[in-house]
Amino acid sequence: MALLSDRDERDVRAQLASLDGAVTLVCFTQELACQYCRETEQLLKEVAALSDKIRLEIYNFQLDKTQVAQFRVDKIPATVVVGAKDYGIRFYGIPLGYEFGAFLAAIKDVSRGGTDLSPESRAALAEIVQPVHLQVFSTPT
Amino acid sequence: MRLAQQLAVESDLITADLVEVTEFPHLAQRYSVRAVPRTVVNETASIEGALPESEFVRAVVAAAHKS
Repeated sequence: MALLSDRDERDVRAQLASLDGAVTLVCFTQELACQYCRETEQLLKEVAALSDKIRLEIYNFQLDKTQVAQFRVDKIPATVVVGAKDYGIRFYGIPLGYEFGAFLAAIKDVSRGGTDLSPESRAALAEIVQPVHLQVFSTPT
Repeated sequence: MRLAQQLAVESDLITADLVEVTEFPHLAQRYSVRAVPRTVVNETASIEGALPESEFVRAVVAAAHKS
């Protein structure tokens, strides 16, 4: 059974119609001992099918060590949203419910390689001189 | 999450993880997540709730300078 309803599909397809550049969704999964891996993979397949600008790569967290190291993924299910480059955006867990909106927004942001942040925010961010790792803890509802 | 990922797009030094707490309860416990959203910055600071853009950016920059 599909995770996205017909109505969801229409909405998402319309949102993704304006994508600028290509986006790659990099999915890390495994078959056993991962409650939402299968559903995450299915969701990403459904989303990728709604835009010819989106490509999906699926890797096994246990076996594909090169990609796990390359994308620095440490738990699953994991989804890396990549545009012209890897901007450092990862979703851990299935990006459904409230997080689905953030997921679509991430796709659109990396596709255009920019955001709507204010000039003041951009100037403040330019003051950062060392790596910053943000972990946002959230729930689907 | 929206703001965190926007910051990641704008700065090559920022990475943003969205962690679904019900799937990773050990992390919720480790980072004392009692309400969401909670944003942990470099393991050393945290931001509670959803803040307006200017406040969130200020909090992240301040935490980055401290760590």
